[in-house]
Amino acid sequence: MKKRATMPKGALNLTASLVSILAGLLVGFILLMIFNFDKALYGFGNIVLTGLRTPDRVAKVLYTAAPLLMTGLSVGFAFKTGLFNIGASGQYTVGAVLALVGAILWQLPWYACILLGMIGGAVWGAIPGICKALFNVNEVITSIMFNWIGLFSANLFLYNSPRMLANAWGAINKDRTAALDKANPSAILPKLGMDKAMGSNYMNISIFIAIIAAFVMWYVLQKTTFGYELKACGYNRNASRYAGINDKRNIVLSMVIAGALSGLGGALYYLSGTGQFTMGKQLLSMGFNGIPIALLAASHPLGTILSALFIGYIQVGGEALQPEFAKEIIDIIIAAIIYLSAFSLLMRELILRGRSRRRQAEEEKSRQAADTVEE
Amino acid sequence: MSEYIIEMLNITKSFPGIKANDDITLRLRKGEIHALLGENGAGKSTLMSVLFGLYQPDSGTILKDGAPVKISSPNDANALHIGMVHQHFKLVEVFTVLDNIILGAEKTRWGVLRKDEARRRVVELSERYGLKVDPDARIEDISVGMQQRVEILKMLYRDNEILIFDEPTAVLTPQEIDELMEVMRGFAREGKSILFITHKLAEIMKVADRCTVLRKGRLIGTVDIADTSREKLSRMMVGRDISFNVEKKESAPGEKVLEVEGLTVPSRLHKKNAVKNVSFTVRRGEIVCLAGIEGNGQTEFVQALTGLEKAGSGSIRLKGREMTDMPIRERSRLGMSHIPEDRHKFGLVLDFTLEENLVLQRYWEEQFQHCGHILRRPVREYAQRLIEQYDVRSGQGAQTIVRSMSGGNQQKAIIAREMDKEADLLVAVQPTRGLDVGAIEYIHRQIVAQRDAGKAVLLVSLELDEVMDVSDRILVMYEGEIVGEFDPRKVSVQELGLYMAGAKRDDKKEAV
Ligand SMILES: Nc1ncnc2c1ncn2[C@@H]1O[C@H](COP(=O)(O)OP(=O)(O)OP(=O)(O)O)[C@@H](O)[C@H]1O
Ligand SMILES: [Mg+2]
Repeated sequence: MKKRATMPKGALNLTASLVSILAGLLVGFILLMIFNFDKALYGFGNIVLTGLRTPDRVAKVLYTAAPLLMTGLSVGFAFKTGLFNIGASGQYTVGAVLALVGAILWQLPWYACILLGMIGGAVWGAIPGICKALFNVNEVITSIMFNWIGLFSANLFLYNSPRMLANAWGAINKDRTAALDKANPSAILPKLGMDKAMGSNYMNISIFIAIIAAFVMWYVLQKTTFGYELKACGYNRNASRYAGINDKRNIVLSMVIAGALSGLGGALYYLSGTGQFTMGKQLLSMGFNGIPIALLAASHPLGTILSALFIGYIQVGGEALQPEFAKEIIDIIIAAIIYLSAFSLLMRELILRGRSRRRQAEEEKSRQAADTVEE
Repeated sequence: MSEYIIEMLNITKSFPGIKANDDITLRLRKGEIHALLGENGAGKSTLMSVLFGLYQPDSGTILKDGAPVKISSPNDANALHIGMVHQHFKLVEVFTVLDNIILGAEKTRWGVLRKDEARRRVVELSERYGLKVDPDARIEDISVGMQQRVEILKMLYRDNEILIFDEPTAVLTPQEIDELMEVMRGFAREGKSILFITHKLAEIMKVADRCTVLRKGRLIGTVDIADTSREKLSRMMVGRDISFNVEKKESAPGEKVLEVEGLTVPSRLHKKNAVKNVSFTVRRGEIVCLAGIEGNGQTEFVQALTGLEKAGSGSIRLKGREMTDMPIRERSRLGMSHIPEDRHKFGLVLDFTLEENLVLQRYWEEQFQHCGHILRRPVREYAQRLIEQYDVRSGQGAQTIVRSMSGGNQQKAIIAREMDKEADLLVAVQPTRGLDVGAIEYIHRQIVAQRDAGKAVLLVSLELDEVMDVSDRILVMYEGEIVGEFDPRKVSVQELGLYMAGAKRDDKKEAV
């Protein structure tokens, strides 16, 4: 008689994510109106349409999404195994710099540099993991510290390695690393002719590597005994111990893998040959954006592909807001959209509650109808 | 005014794959103790959660004092003076007793907590009802019995008049149960109304005024306790006669399987040892029971035996192999299986599916994985066999998330997993906690069958009936020592009680 509206979990997650994305966009639009009412509609159009307007914009979206996908995977993977990896930024930084060391100082080919990036990130993730496993120190605290330690160690190292910097390779800047096309073209990620086809220097294989990584993580978590153990540990450490799983080893491994994923992200971004690592005093936001990306995807590795593409898309759209909007304002708007999008958990709750309320109301109505009929 | 303080009329509540409550009507009189009885998964907790505002019924109405009310959250329930002690307590482990009691009902003045006033109130309530607690102890450090008193004080602190107890006695010692019954009677005398879920028919016969019986989500009926008996109740509940006695052959002990020698285990709570110089053996084909009042070192002993905690000194041998410092996985491979005391803390990964939990101790075996790749089909088939054999009921079979299963069915899942493992030693701690009489009968028969198949069984139980019925040999533990060894056919319950309370002890401590 009554149709039971029970939604499968996947569908529920997807709806929740879509609703939060819409909410984020709405707030973005309101902010646009506040900052510059006349140009708001035009600006909004740019945000949502730019990413698909021309092939070269598509290329830029994919280029931006690749490292985002990696940090999103990193945060999401750790999350599934019961850890909050807020250290993705540090792991990303260390991975990037180590990859660049391989490229510039050691003149290694791109795949070796990628490997170095992963190792750098893995080491940076391992330390908080070891602290947690052996001394029960909360990984959040250690990884925040290691974000800063990673950033300033990278700066310190670069200051003291003149060969790494752009001015050693015929440019004038000495606040950033050398451009790879000058220092070591073989370290630049292959483009396979896609750059010509899409008319964009940004196009390379990074997004494909990231997507492969997402599938690998999905497989590991979903289909292997290793993933089973990691999840068991994340959900209930006592029960996993009871089942004979080595919980300490798993915590460390989990952080090592999360770190390697972030490190790979750093490597992919800087080995594209279009960006140079600049010494600065701020943590790289790429790492932190991994958090909303993972949340938006409910930590599902395959969902992360979509959410990273979305965030990359919005960021590229944001770039097109200049010059009507100041750069800082664009950052605020983009941040608002990203962070609201990450409210999918809340949305999921609201959807569930709304549905049960609606159902009650309907039943109330049908009952009243039935009563009147009886009379 | 209506004769009933609460009326739940035609309540229906479905979950994916199952109708947990199907058109159930329950009426609670003011000042009565009303028992709710039913098999595991019959829908008792669900019905009470509906009354407490945790679930919204699909249809049906609730009346309080004859007037319809809408209870959409525990806050609403609280406003109607309805309180609940859950099957699995809901306390903040790292908070103190006092903080837990006032949590959510804090009295403040200009935003500042007024704890001294709260403390006075809590102390006064605890004295008035004989609910002894230490307001400043942390929840994680106190016994389950005391945790339950905290839950009860929480209800009293909120001036609740309708008190729901979901299987309060499952985790208590016999002494604590008697105390609780007294407390409940006191509440009823004061005019508070009580809903009381239990699987122990004796308790119902003792304190309840009326009893409502559910079976598979349906209402079977409500009876006056004065006109009924244990047998009648159990027949209403499972639809057949239950035998309360365990039938078994004479035991024929074989070679030694477990040998414990001079085992000492340090306590986590105090500086002294929780287990002191314990020695005994368990042979093939016998059921040895470790009896005692909770908190006399049984928990620590089992944790050291199974590898969850380190032993202080002494040795444990399984089938002649030294096992004292062996990792848990190796103990398990060597031939030990373990039904843990705390099913939520150790026994289950609640957010895993039922099938994932059923292979928790053997997912690594050849039959379930190939080069680290989990083989779905064999896992599913294995799970389905256990589910059928042990009658584990749930909404969506092997794929049900265990968290959503009823308490008793969660327990059955653990038992199925541990009993099916081909082990030489079965360590079963309170295996029938939270099970209905039918399931208990089945599990007891299974334990005996395991014995007859040549396994060694170490049963740790607080339940004297179980101790007397199932075991072949009884060891009594008191303050970390074994103070006596008995043949269940030759000892009386009273005699055992004296040993358990420390009033008597045999000095030849070395048991064979
Ligand atoms: N939140 C939930 N989601 C899905 N199914 C549920 C949920 N809660 C209960 N169920 C299902 O409803 C049925 C009744 O469960 P309930 O917990 O009410 O049983 P019970 O009578 O309390 O049993 P027990 O004696 O074992 O505690 C069970 O089959 C259970 O699997
Ligand atoms: Mg229950």
